[in-house]
Order: sequence, then C-alpha cells, then structure tokens
Amino acid sequence: MAAAQRFSMKGNETIGAGLCAIFGVLFLIIAGLTDHSAYAFHMVVMALACGLGFYAIVNWAARGDVRLEPLEIDGRPNYNDGPIRFATIAAMFWGIAGFTVGLVIALQLAFPVLNFDLPWTNFGRLRPLHTSAVIFAFGGNVLLATSFYVVQRTCHARLAGVLSPWFVVLGYNLFIVIAGTGYLLGITQGKEYAEPEWYADLFLTVVWVVYLLVFLATLWRRKEPHIYVANWFYLGFIVTIAVLHLGNNATIPVSLTSPKSYILWSGIQDAMFQWWYGHNAVGFFLTAGFLAIMYYFIPKRAERPVYSYRLSIIHFWALIFLYIWAGPHHLHYTALPDWAQTLGMTFSIMLWMPSWGGMINGLMTLSGAWDKLRTDPVLRMMVVSVAFYGMSTFEGPLMSIKAVNSLSHYTDWTIGHVHSGALGWVGYVSFGAIYCLVPWLWKKERLYSNRLVEWHFWISTIGIVFYISAMWVSGIMQGLMWRAYTSLGFLEYSFVETVAAMHPYYVIRAAGGGLFLLGALLMVYNLWMTVRVGAPRAEAVTGNLQQVPAE
Amino acid sequence: MTTSPHAQAGKPSLWARHKIFETNSILLILGILVMVSIGGLVEIAPLFYLRSTIEKVEGMRPYTPLELAGRAIYVREGCYNCHSQMIRPLRDEIERYGHFSLAAESMYDKPFQWGSKRTGPDLARVGGKYSDAWQLQHLNAPRSLVPQSIMPGYPFLAATELDVNRIAQEMRVNRMSGVPYTDEMIANAVTDLRAQVDPDHPQADAFQKRYPKAVARDFDGNPQRITEADAMIAYLQMLGTLVDFKQYDNKANLR
Repeated sequence: MAAAQRFSMKGNETIGAGLCAIFGVLFLIIAGLTDHSAYAFHMVVMALACGLGFYAIVNWAARGDVRLEPLEIDGRPNYNDGPIRFATIAAMFWGIAGFTVGLVIALQLAFPVLNFDLPWTNFGRLRPLHTSAVIFAFGGNVLLATSFYVVQRTCHARLAGVLSPWFVVLGYNLFIVIAGTGYLLGITQGKEYAEPEWYADLFLTVVWVVYLLVFLATLWRRKEPHIYVANWFYLGFIVTIAVLHLGNNATIPVSLTSPKSYILWSGIQDAMFQWWYGHNAVGFFLTAGFLAIMYYFIPKRAERPVYSYRLSIIHFWALIFLYIWAGPHHLHYTALPDWAQTLGMTFSIMLWMPSWGGMINGLMTLSGAWDKLRTDPVLRMMVVSVAFYGMSTFEGPLMSIKAVNSLSHYTDWTIGHVHSGALGWVGYVSFGAIYCLVPWLWKKERLYSNRLVEWHFWISTIGIVFYISAMWVSGIMQGLMWRAYTSLGFLEYSFVETVAAMHPYYVIRAAGGGLFLLGALLMVYNLWMTVRVGAPRAEAVTGNLQQVPAE
Repeated sequence: MTTSPHAQAGKPSLWARHKIFETNSILLILGILVMVSIGGLVEIAPLFYLRSTIEKVEGMRPYTPLELAGRAIYVREGCYNCHSQMIRPLRDEIERYGHFSLAAESMYDKPFQWGSKRTGPDLARVGGKYSDAWQLQHLNAPRSLVPQSIMPGYPFLAATELDVNRIAQEMRVNRMSGVPYTDEMIANAVTDLRAQVDPDHPQADAFQKRYPKAVARDFDGNPQRITEADAMIAYLQMLGTLVDFKQYDNKANLR
C-alpha cells in the first residue's frame, strides 16, 4: 500500500491548513498584547484549536488516497455519518450541562445563598450560560446532527465536502465553549440570547456560512428532482438565523485587544433589533429547525406519509412570513411607538394559524398508526412534543395581546411559557430524534431498553407539569400583586412582599427541573448501553431499504 | 410526499407551480429571504427616520466616563436578567416607580437594558432613591438590608480596582455610532473619571460643565481608590435623573 500512503495536499486542504496557521499565530499575538486575562485565555484556546486543526489536516493529508471515500458503494450512497455522531454526542453532553445549570439557577432563586457571592457563580452570569447551553449548544447540535442526517437520506447523496462538515460541527462547538466560558468570566454583550462578544460572533458567522454551503452542496447532489419538505425548513432556519445574527450583532469592537464592543444601534432601535432577533431565534432556531425534525422523524418512525402536502406548503410560507413581525410583542407598553406594538400584536395572533397548521400536519401523520403510541415510547415522545408545540403556540398569541401582556410581562408566566415550548416541544422532539438516530448511526438493531424510554417519558412529563404550573401560578399571582390596591387606594404590596410570595413556587419549579434532568440522565444511560452492548443491525448486509425516507 | 399533485389537463394547478421552489434550491433561498425581509424592514426601518420615534426632551446627555464604566459592570454581571429599566404607562407602575420611561431616556444606551423580567424591581428611576451607603451595603450583602431579597451579593465590586485603561477608546467607539461625545470629553476621559469620585478635584468645575447634573462624590466610601463599586453606584444613582419632567410636554410627543 505504499502508493496509497503518499503525502499529497489538495487545494482546499492547503487553504485550510494555511488559514489555521495564520489565525493561530494572530490569536497568539493578540493573547500576548492584551491585558484582559479572560480575553487572553480565549485567544489561547482559539490558537490551540487552530494548532489542532493544522495538525489534523496535515495528518489527514498524510493518509494519502485512503482518505478519499467513494460517493457511492454498489450504487448506494455512501453516507458520511462521522460528524453526525459527533454532534449527537455533543448534544447529549450540552443537554445535561444546560439542564444542570438550569436546575442550579432555579435553586438560586429559591435559596439565594447558593449564589455564593462570587463573580462566576452568581445568577446574572449563570442564567445566560443556561439559556445558551440549552438553546444553542443542545438545540444547535441536535439541529446540526439531524440536518446532516436528513439532507443525506432525503437526497440519496453523501454529505458534500470532506473537511467542511467537520469544520462545521467542531467549529460550532468551539464557539459554544468560547461563549459559555466568556459569560462565566464576565464577557458578554448584555443582549438576551445574543450574549457572545464580537470575536465569537465573527467566528460563528464563518462557521454558519460553511454550514449553509455544505447543506446546499448536498442538496445539489440530490437524486430526487424535488427538495423534501424537511429541507425547506432547515434552509429557512439556516438562512434566516444568518440574517438575524448579522443584524443584532452589528458591533464595533473597542479594540483588537479588548473583548468588549458597542452595538451600532442604541436605545429604542436596539430594542427593536434585539426582539426582532430574539423572537425569531424562537421562530427559526427553535421552531423552523425543529419542525424540520418533525417532518422527517415522525413519518419515518410512524411509517406513514406526511398528512398533507398542501398544508405543508401553506404553513411553511405563512410561518416564515408571519414570524418575523412578531418581535414587538416583547416590547408592549414600552417606549416603542404604538404602531409597532400593534403590528407586533396583530401578526402574533395571526401566527397562531400557521403554527397549528404545522401541529395538525405532524399529528395527523399518525393517521392509521395511532396504535403505535401504545407500543413505541419514542414515537409517543415526539407526538407529545407536537402537542406541546400546539399548546405553547396557542399560549404565545394569547400573551401577545396587550391587555394580557400588561399582566404577564416581567413575570414568571413568560418563563413558564418558554419552558412549555422548550422542555415540551424542543426537548421532546430532540429526545425522540436522538432515540431514533443513535441505533441508526451506530448500526444497532434497537435501543437498549424501551422500558427506560418509558421512565424517561413519564418522569420528565411530570417534571414539565410541575414546572409550568408553578410558573403559571407564580407569574399570574405576582402580576396581580403588583397591581393590587387597598380600599384606601394605596398599592397593597411592596415589591419584596411579592418576591417572598414566590418562594414555594420556586421550590416546586426546581423540583420539576430536577425531574426533567433525571429523565435526561436515564436517556444518556440508555443511549450509552445501546452503543456499548446493543445487538448489531441485521440488515446491514441486505441493503438499507429502511433508509428510504417517507416520501 | 414530494411528488406534486398532478396538474389538471390544460393549465397547471396553483399547487403544481410550487414545483419551481421545490426543484431549485437557489430560488427557494431567494423566496425565503424575501418573505423574512418584509416584516423586519417595515418594523425596524421607520424607527430610524420617523422623527416622532424619540421624544424631544431637556436634559439628556451622554454618560460620564465613570457612569459608562459602571454601566459596563451592570452589563457584565447580567443585572438585566432580573431588573428592567422600562416603566410602563400603567397606574401601579407609575405609582411604584415614577413617570413612565421615555424613548429619549435610553437614546445613548448601547446596548439598551430595558430587560424582560422583574425578579427584582425596575431600576429605570432608582437614581437618588437610596443613599450611596445603602447601595454599597445592598450590593455587598442584600439580605442585611432586605431580609426577603433573593439577590446575589456582589462584595467583590468594592474590592476590585476599576480598570480605566480603555475608557477614552470606549467613548470614541460610542461616538462612532452616534453618541455625541466631544473631542474635549474624550481627551479628558480619565481626568473626568477621577474628578467624579473626588468633589475637591481641581478639574471638578470643568467636569460639571461637560456633564450637567452629574453627581461627583466618593460613592463607595473609600477615597483611597476607585473601585468597581464606585462606578456601579455612580451609574445607579444617575438612572432616571436626567430628564426634567417639570418641563416635559407629554401632549407634544403623542405617537
């Protein structure tokens, strides 16, 4: 095999290695120049990543021709599952980390002594760590893994690129590490769900462009003339998140040696940009992306076609058109002009319809296969996730009505609403997809234990119910206490009395979060055992007929 | 699923026309871009040119260097996670916190800190409500003053020297995107910062002229050094104090 061992660098490998070398040196120089220790630490981490990247590419090139995997084997596509396996493991790792931090900050609200009065353990720094870990780290890795899986299977083509899919998953996770450690060390933009500073944002932009290109180039390899509906939603998610990210992070760095930057917009314009971004991070990251998961994994698992092709067309275009308008409902009764608030409210209410269009399409896909809910806990998890989606997309328009919002805004009702969507919809559809993916990716016959999936399902469902009911009660109660008057016309409660009244609900909420975390730990054990001791899949030789997507 | 419904004899149905998006990824992306651009453009762009967006008020000025540094600490510690700075025009809020917030009051805020959750009370007009000593003690150990509070303690602020190295550059960057800092303000950034914690500073008058209504005193009770608590308390004490509501004409600013 001497010939195959011959070292030869291809054009893109040379560019990749060259960029790693140049940026590695640049980061080291900045690390040496800055007097900001946390920033220096980040620059060293990024320089190390560049070094590892350089080493990996050269090592890869040294493998000679062996590295070039065929696009097809025996006329069947030779799928590239390595980056998907990585993103799946990363999703579970960050999921556990994010749920744990969530539990910690829930306990801090009930028992403030747990803040320990240290900079890097106080609520203000941990809360962004929790939100970013669950949304961008857990959710993001689920989206990377499933999108790379689905686009290959629905196009019957191998993922485009050799180095670039790896750059996407590794680069994205490096971004997560930089962002998360940054919050703990006090590096933040102070914009909710967009806390990472300018250098992390720039890096994410590069990763995201490569992600779009890998996804598109795979679509271009498709054997089918039509692009499958799940891929429309993935494309909508990738493209729109890029637009939102650029708009809301248009900052000027203080200097190359400072992690701090100032945003171009100020005050009211910044507020509008922020919630245009913030609400559509929900709309496109947590909704469009996860609807794509629904459109592949539920038909696949139920072995039924998607309920209505026409409904998917209408609800796709209506959803992406209407969602963008909904941002101002986060700014009701603020200094934002009334016309913008009214537009935001109107479109938020209209948004109910395409949201339920998606729910109906997902649920009715079960037509003729409802009996599977009894026997397949994974499918049940995904169907319940769609039900939660329906519930929170009804609650959302309700809360966007100004009169309701005047009560709910600034209270825990919002937190409860977010979590019925996040734990119920995003969490469950992700768990369902990962329960499907792990046996497929590691070529196992089935999951290690369906009983454990049952336990996971029931424990975390009880956890969610605890969580959202506690937040409904505490949120509505606090809103009412703030506006309560005595018979003499004085405000009845001081602010801190309303804080004290929250205590029992904060304890119940933490218990709910604890149950949700416990369920996820059962899942990790189940997946681990599936990979370790699961029986290999029998049909590995006979062909992958089961791999044909539901079309 | 992706096979489009068959066209009627003669002319293709409306549904069949969707094929063009399903078979052409670039057209699909363009379609998505058009759909997601409309709402954002309609809602955001007018805020930059409609003159009624930001009310006309007396008294707004850019943050002093010390207040700007304090604001950076407020952002760094994530105070916005629990405190809003936006009083809504609702009866109970006006009675509890004061006049409803105006857009003009956050016109130099980068980023805005209106917040979205009131785990603690609104801070838009907290300036002047409590003494410096109260603020310091409250930051150090909140429950020593408010036993039922669930706020974390920030004793490290008073123990940490304020980093003033880049303050002039930070003001310059603010100016690049519209905050009206003058050359003089930027040239005197560090002097002004020191003058605000020392009422007897030789530049005290010049500082007052540059930043009307700015309060100059030793905020953290330790004249020996300038700490992060100095900056944080200076920022908290100026919140909501700039606009003179005796002169503010609400009717002239109906939007």
